[in-house]
Amino acid sequence: MFNAIELSPLLITLKVAGLATCAAIVAGTALAYGLSRKSFPGRNWLDAFLTLPLVLPPTVMGYYIIVVMGRNGFIGRWLEQYFGISLMFTWQGAVIAASIVSLPMVIKSARAAFEGVSPDFENAARTLGQSEPSVFFRVTLPLAWRGILAGAMLAFARAMGEFGATLMVAGDLPGRTQTLSLAIYDAVEAGNDMLSMQLVIFTSVICIVMLVFSGKLLRTEY
Amino acid sequence: MTTRVCIKKTLASGNRRFNLDVSFSSRGYYTILSGPSGAGKSLTLRCIAGIETPDSGRIEIAERVLFDSENRINVPVREREIGYLFQDYALFPHLNVADNVGFGLKKMLRPLSMEDKRKVSELLEIFGLKEMAESLPRDLSGGQRQRVALARALVNHPSVLLLDEPFSALDHSLREKMRAELKAVQARFNIPVILISHEPADMRAFEGDIVEYSGKGAVHKTSGSGIRLFSSSGYSTEAPCHKIHS
Repeated sequence: MFNAIELSPLLITLKVAGLATCAAIVAGTALAYGLSRKSFPGRNWLDAFLTLPLVLPPTVMGYYIIVVMGRNGFIGRWLEQYFGISLMFTWQGAVIAASIVSLPMVIKSARAAFEGVSPDFENAARTLGQSEPSVFFRVTLPLAWRGILAGAMLAFARAMGEFGATLMVAGDLPGRTQTLSLAIYDAVEAGNDMLSMQLVIFTSVICIVMLVFSGKLLRTEY
Repeated sequence: MTTRVCIKKTLASGNRRFNLDVSFSSRGYYTILSGPSGAGKSLTLRCIAGIETPDSGRIEIAERVLFDSENRINVPVREREIGYLFQDYALFPHLNVADNVGFGLKKMLRPLSMEDKRKVSELLEIFGLKEMAESLPRDLSGGQRQRVALARALVNHPSVLLLDEPFSALDHSLREKMRAELKAVQARFNIPVILISHEPADMRAFEGDIVEYSGKGAVHKTSGSGIRLFSSSGYSTEAPCHKIHS
C-alpha cells in the first residue's frame, strides 16, 4: 500500500521528531531541575520565556527562529561564516524548530516531577556521603523519571504534529523536509483523498498511543 | 566525644521572622533537644548535619570543627560523617531494604565490593531485616522502616547520630521497644546521639544532657548530669561562642 514516496514523510517525521525529543529531554530536564531547585533573580521571567512556544502561534516561533538562525541571524551568520552551513530549508532546521516548540512539554512535566521529590531524600543521600552529581543520578532522577518520560512522550507527539514553525524554517520539500503534517496538507490541497486519509489515521494512532502511555506513566507511583 | 554547638540563624518568610539562638555543649552519649514545636530544634539538627547553614557561630562534634563562621569553615554535608534519622525516615522509595542500607557505600555505576556487601548483610542481621532485604520501604511496618533508616545511617560509621523525633511516628507499644533498640545500637557502635524529643519517657530512658528550647527559638534553660552546659536566653548574646570553645 505504501510505496517509497509515501513512506518518506513518515521517515522524515520520525527522524525529526525523535531527534527533537532527545534535544528537548536533555535541555528540558536541565532547565526544569534549575527552575525547581535553584532560586535566582528572574526565575519567573525565565519560566515564562520558556513557556512561550506553548502559547505563541507556531508561525511566530518560526519567525523568531529565522531571525536567529537565518542567513542574517545572529547564530545563522556565525554558522555560515565558520562552518559554511545553513540550517534553513534542511531537515536539521526542522529538528531545531520541533525541539523548540516541544521543549515546554518536557520542562512542565519534569519540573512538576522534580518538585514532587522531597528534598529530604536528597538530604539523606548527602548525609550518606554522596556528591551532588551522585545525589542527582541516584536519587532525584530515579524518583522523577516517570514525569520526565511522560513529558518526553508529549514532546514527541507535539514534535510530530509540528506544522507552522517547520514550514517557515525548513519549508515543504518532498523527500527532504516534508513531514507527515506537511504531507497531509499537500495531499488535501492536491485532492489526493486516499493518501491524506492514510496519513491522518496513521498520525492519529501514534498520538493516541503516546497519550495513553504517558498517562499510564504519570499514574503509577511508589 | 565532646559536642559543642553555638549557632545563630534568622529565617524570614513574608513578615514573619524566626530567630534561632542556641548554645550548648555536651560530653555525654545522649543529648536531648526538647521544647515546643516550632522552637528550632529541627533547625538546630539540620544545621549540625549541614543541610542548613547558620548565619554565625560554631559547631564542633567529636573534636572536629564542622562549622565556624569566624574562620570561614563550613564542611559540606557529605564530608561531615553524620548519621541522620529523618522524622519520616526518608527511605529511598525506589530502592529495596538492602540497597537503602548499602546506599552510602555504593559509588555511581559500580557494584558493591564483597567487603561492602558483607557490611550490609551484617547490618541487616543486627537489625533483624534479613528476611525483608528485597522488600521496598512501602511494604514495611513503622518499626521496620525505622530499623532500615538506622541501619542506613550507620553504614558509613558516622561520628554522631542525629535523630529527629525518632519515636513520634510509632505507636506506644513499639516506642518502648525501639528505645531499647536505640540504646543497644548506641552501645554497640559507641557513638554520641543527639535526639529531638518532647517525651518525658525519652528523657528517662536516655540519661543525658537536656537542652530546653523556649517558644521564641532560643535555648532558655538547660540541665544535665553535672556536665558543663551553656545557654543564651532570648536574643541577647549572654553566652557568646568563645565561652564555649575556650
